Amino acid sequence: MLEQLEGSQAIARTVAACRPEVISAYPISPQTHIVEALSDLVRTGELAPCEYLMVESEFAAMSACIGASAAGARAYTATASQGLLYMAEALYNASGLGLPIVMTLANRAIGAPINIWNDHSDAMSQRDSGWIQLYAETNQEAADLHVQAFRLAEQLSLPVMVCMDGFILTHAFERVDLPEQEAVDAFLPAFEPRQVLDPAEPVTIGAMVGPEAFTEVRYLMHAKQLQALDAIPPIASGFEAEFGRASGGLVREYRLEDAETVVVALGSVLGTIEDVVDGLRDEGVKIGVLGIKCFRPWPLEEVRTALGSARRVVVIEKAFAVGAGGIVGQNVRLALDGLGVRVDDVVAGLGGRPITKRSLRRLFGDVLEDRLEPGALHFLDLDKGVVERELERMRTHARPGPHAENIVRELGIVAARPH
Amino acid sequence: MAEQRIKGYQTGTYVVGNRLLDPEERSVQARMDRSNTLTSGHRACRGCGEALGARYALDAAMRATGGRLIAANATGCLEVFSTPFPESSWQLPWIHSLFGNAPAVASGMAAAMKVKGRDDVRVIGQAGDGGTVDIGFACLSGMFERNDDVLFVCYDNQGYMNTGVQRSGATPPAARTANTKPVGSEPGNVFGQGKNVPLIAMAHGIPYVATATVAEPRDLEAKVERAMGMRGARYIHAFVPCPLGWGSASEDTIRLARLAKETGLFPVFEAEHGEITEVSRIRRRRPVTEYLELQKRFAHLFSPTENRPVLDRIQADADRNIARFGLLGGAGEE
Amino acid sequence: MEKPFAITLDVGSSLANKTGTWRTDRAVYVDRLPPCNHACPAGEAVQAWLYEAEEGGEGYERAWRRIVADNPFPAIMGRVCYHPCETACNRGQLDEAVGINSVERFLGDLAIERGWRLPEPGSDTGKRVLVVGAGPSGLAAAYFLRLLGHGVTIREAEPAAGGMMRWGIPRYRLPRDVLDAEVNRIIDLGVELETGVGVTDAEAALEDGFDAAFLAVGAQIGKRAYIPAGTAARMLDAVTMLHGVEAGERPLLGRRVAVYGGGDTAMDAARTAKRLGASDAVVVYRRTREQMPAHEVELEEASEEGVRMRWLSTIKRADEGRLTLERMELDETGFPQPTGELEELDADAVVLALGQECDLSLVEGVPGIDVEDGVVDVGSELMTGRPGIFAGGDMVPAERSVTVAVGHGHRAAGAIDAWLRGEEPTEVAEPELASFETLNTWYYADADRMHRPRLDAVRRQDNFDEVVAGHDDETALFEARRCMSCGNCFSCDNCFGVCPDNAVIKLGRPGERYEIDLDFCKGCGICVAECPSGAIQMVPEQI
Ligand SMILES: Cc1cc2nc3c(=O)[nH]c(=O)nc-3n(C[C@H](O)[C@H](O)[C@H](O)COP(=O)(O)OP(=O)(O)OC[C@H]3O[C@@H](n4cnc5c(N)ncnc54)[C@H](O)[C@@H]3O)c2cc1C
Ligand SMILES: Cc1ncc(C[n+]2csc(CCOP(=O)(O)OP(=O)(O)O)c2C)c(N)n1
Ligand code: SF4
Ligand code: SF4
Ligand SMILES: [Mg+2]
Repeated sequence: MLEQLEGSQAIARTVAACRPEVISAYPISPQTHIVEALSDLVRTGELAPCEYLMVESEFAAMSACIGASAAGARAYTATASQGLLYMAEALYNASGLGLPIVMTLANRAIGAPINIWNDHSDAMSQRDSGWIQLYAETNQEAADLHVQAFRLAEQLSLPVMVCMDGFILTHAFERVDLPEQEAVDAFLPAFEPRQVLDPAEPVTIGAMVGPEAFTEVRYLMHAKQLQALDAIPPIASGFEAEFGRASGGLVREYRLEDAETVVVALGSVLGTIEDVVDGLRDEGVKIGVLGIKCFRPWPLEEVRTALGSARRVVVIEKAFAVGAGGIVGQNVRLALDGLGVRVDDVVAGLGGRPITKRSLRRLFGDVLEDRLEPGALHFLDLDKGVVERELERMRTHARPGPHAENIVRELGIVAARPH
Repeated sequence: MAEQRIKGYQTGTYVVGNRLLDPEERSVQARMDRSNTLTSGHRACRGCGEALGARYALDAAMRATGGRLIAANATGCLEVFSTPFPESSWQLPWIHSLFGNAPAVASGMAAAMKVKGRDDVRVIGQAGDGGTVDIGFACLSGMFERNDDVLFVCYDNQGYMNTGVQRSGATPPAARTANTKPVGSEPGNVFGQGKNVPLIAMAHGIPYVATATVAEPRDLEAKVERAMGMRGARYIHAFVPCPLGWGSASEDTIRLARLAKETGLFPVFEAEHGEITEVSRIRRRRPVTEYLELQKRFAHLFSPTENRPVLDRIQADADRNIARFGLLGGAGEE
Repeated sequence: MEKPFAITLDVGSSLANKTGTWRTDRAVYVDRLPPCNHACPAGEAVQAWLYEAEEGGEGYERAWRRIVADNPFPAIMGRVCYHPCETACNRGQLDEAVGINSVERFLGDLAIERGWRLPEPGSDTGKRVLVVGAGPSGLAAAYFLRLLGHGVTIREAEPAAGGMMRWGIPRYRLPRDVLDAEVNRIIDLGVELETGVGVTDAEAALEDGFDAAFLAVGAQIGKRAYIPAGTAARMLDAVTMLHGVEAGERPLLGRRVAVYGGGDTAMDAARTAKRLGASDAVVVYRRTREQMPAHEVELEEASEEGVRMRWLSTIKRADEGRLTLERMELDETGFPQPTGELEELDADAVVLALGQECDLSLVEGVPGIDVEDGVVDVGSELMTGRPGIFAGGDMVPAERSVTVAVGHGHRAAGAIDAWLRGEEPTEVAEPELASFETLNTWYYADADRMHRPRLDAVRRQDNFDEVVAGHDDETALFEARRCMSCGNCFSCDNCFGVCPDNAVIKLGRPGERYEIDLDFCKGCGICVAECPSGAIQMVPEQI
């Protein structure tokens, strides 16, 4: 059913169609509209049977999902940013226990400085938590990915995080073809837990494991997550067959045919990049795009195949490993190991800074003209003046204090009000 | 008194069983068919009060629910000694998630049972004092405030035992722990304001709050049974001596629990909806020194010289409890 | 269910982990000797029979049978025994001793009422044993000898059996129907009782076709003291007086009677005098109340009945209707010394209750038998210096009581049996005493002792009705259940309950106890500390 609606509403309605039995969440922008809408659906009885737990923290939200899932209920939560970090310990626990919880992550920056706007620092900080991470490009895809996420999670008995850009998607009004209830029911079988707390068949879940078996347990976890690479494509094609549109998958190739230069990115920025790439193509530049739909597990083979014949790759990412460099870029380099493809990492869109076509065009121009310093971490639209002044000041004053705060003060910018 | 009082039967209510009683009148622990929910082969220290308390509580809960019971357990000794791979000592469906989230995990389990129409299956959450009064406290309070259908049991051994006996919010004043050594001007743990979680639980107005000790299994069982007869958030705070952390003889575990109650240091009571309904009165009042002397964690109060001011302060704490909870009078059989 | 490797485990799988290997000490069940048993002169297994009685109902008969295995007179004991068991009873250190004696009486009376029979005699050994004297010692010996299958003949000088139980102890303390019932039950086991037959020569009697003899002639002669007396002063001794009363005589005592002495016999004499119509009965004793050998209750009951006491007084002289007393004073050693102060006391008669002596003429000249201090010398097995002749009760050196006499009878029967079979009597090692310190008395219910009701003093004045009433079922049961079962498991399930390792196995069938599961016992010792009755012990492992 096609509807013009806010992304958050689309997610809430789609999640409801997936018939979660326990929802446990704690509000944080920009996730709030999703969980508010779900709360309404539970209160009105449109989503039933379902227990909505208004917990006191994200830690409790994830913990309640752990309990619910272990007790055999389909469990769902949503969060963002600080909230994700607040549940970090429980994230590892959910994946370690192999509980098929589905979570929406309305991607948002992590403070300090506190910032409510979009980037991928939150998701990337938990990339090794053992959760499957899927990234939505549009609200349509975000909605569709939730249906697929439940199926994937329960098939593998692993938790899945659906990442969608905060505000950019969650608060955007777009036309979304909402998955119909019957179609969802047909696509998503009832939850058959792999292990469950059941008095009829008691088990002990969550043993303490020492050095004698811990490596094996972690190895198996890795192997199990890699199974998602085999499971996702058929689920995506199955979804396409059922719903008549392509959504999800591991990667999405755009104009890669003869591309010498490939831009790699995830999430909503892909649309903007594709527009810019279209323009460059019109100009005869052999450039294409590889969208990463599934970042965890890392689709190494698919990325290698897609990028293997390119000359250079530029990775645009909304997070980075402070003190090290690009995160997605590192993974791409790993996939291209030995192929001699140059990979540049460009950090863009941090804390909600818009990624404009103009900036991208300039960036791609620099790439094509070979103006990027090799091996360095690049920042799109960085105000060089500010950082240089600050660095200079640090050199002379060596005054302690958060760098970012100093930058802001010097620029005379009033910090965005924390939400 | 929570438990049924048995008069004139040689031992009355005090022992576990008593052959003279009708089997139905005996404690759960007296039954050959008790579920031994925490069974043999666990790795708790010799004489561990927590192992004992957990079996008392869970066997009673199993009986009260006809075995339809599932449990969430926080990290801590109880979890570690019961479930080192490849062996589990549990005989009920049980999950360990984290140190600080057992109440929330339990809430999730209860929600699952409700949504599945299986509210015949009851949920118990359990943790040590650290997992309850400190790191798990927010989750616990949330569970209380929402009145989730969970019985939460705290096994209070007054410290972080699993990590090598550090202080917790439930460690008593003057006690020596690994991080409150008797050095400096205030030997042992500080005299703070205390963190009385049973009273805090009551402040949530939840249906049921009780304290109990391993010295009186019938009382503990009766409280678990009563709790299981109710819906909503319920809390039992069980006092469980730890020979390792307290430096006490392994055979003194129950004696210490008894003394904790009989000195007034650990008031045993029940409350419903925020109001105290029953107080278990002191039967043979003892001075606190009798309790403290048995524990190396208080040894610095007795040697090289007796620290009278601190001992007096501890006695004053006990006396305050006695006055506050009305612990004296009419203790024997009614 | 698919269980993920290592994360999810099978329930109860820790049973494979035998934590018993941690142990350095192990818990072991023991049976310690309860102080009551230890103190009972008749060797009754008090704790064991109370254990049965605690069950009530069917348990009563089992309890009674447990008593008569050591003592055939529960109903008599429950009235006249001085119950040293209660003096020793550990419960005395907690609140008040268990009323063992009262429960015993309840059981004894119940047995008479229900007609419970003593065990059948053993199969005939062909041996014949002569018992001289049908007092408690002789009767007990006869009973146990019959149980062992020996033929028994009792020769008794008096016209009826019972000894001092009949001729000494007044009826208001021991009704004769009770006495007769318990005595006849023994005779009914096939004992040949010849009454009115005084034995004058033990040696000769033995040769009358007997293989062994047990002498239990008691101490029948009232001791005399020299008191200067006027010709008209009336003086007699207590045993003669009591014997006379029992024989249906009415001794000439007058209205004011003085009894001289401080023992139980003095009390019996004074109380009997009261019942015979004396308006005034005064006990004159040269020491203090505290030093008086009479039992506290005897004194109490006597006082209730109006018997007066004159402490620290000796009789200097007796004249018609009047006695001259001298006041005494205790010296530093607690010994009474005359003060020279004289007083007068109106009295029509003086009854001397200064103890009894034995008439040992029947052993005079028997080779090997020695008499010292008026009693017959015996070895530990109660055999005299004449092989085959044994002696017990009041006539041998020991405390003089019915219970001691019964104990002797029991012990002698065993010794005679062994001697007849040419064997050494078997010595049983005595187990460790269950001292108060071995108990954990926390566990016993607070239960104040139930005392037996006594007849109103006014209703005792002119009759010999029994003064002390028995317990009813409820009070007897309550009293039995006050027993702490010192040193012996009483199936309270505490050990089963308190083991943090479930290492105590409850065997479960009635009467069966518990076993330590050494696979899992870590040796913490909680069961030992928390066993109420001290029936478990820690012993070091042999490493
Ligand atoms: C007044 C009084 C009250 C007492 N009250 C108590 C009491 O309350 N509780 C208690 O425990 N003890 C009491 N005693 C003591 C107790 O009665 C004796 O210790 C006990 O009876 C001794 O038992 P026995 O069998 O050795 O001798 P006895 O009971 O004296 O029996 C000896 C028997 O042998 C017979 N006899 C004696 N010589 C011969 C012979 N040559 N041939 C044949 N038969 C002979 C006697 O006639 C008598 O029947 C009391 C004693 C007295 C005198
Ligand atoms: C988040 C977190 N912090 C700290 C720990 C380390 N830790 C594990 S158990 C424990 C103490 C447990 O104390 P308590 O809850 O009282 O249980 P006990 O072991 O005393 O029975 C601690 C500090 C942990 N596992 N997780
Ligand atoms: S440290 Fe204390 S709580 Fe932990 S197992 Fe040992 S005795 Fe039990
Ligand atoms: S309490 Fe019972 S076993 Fe112990 S001494 Fe008294 S009667 Fe004997
Ligand atoms: Mg603790």
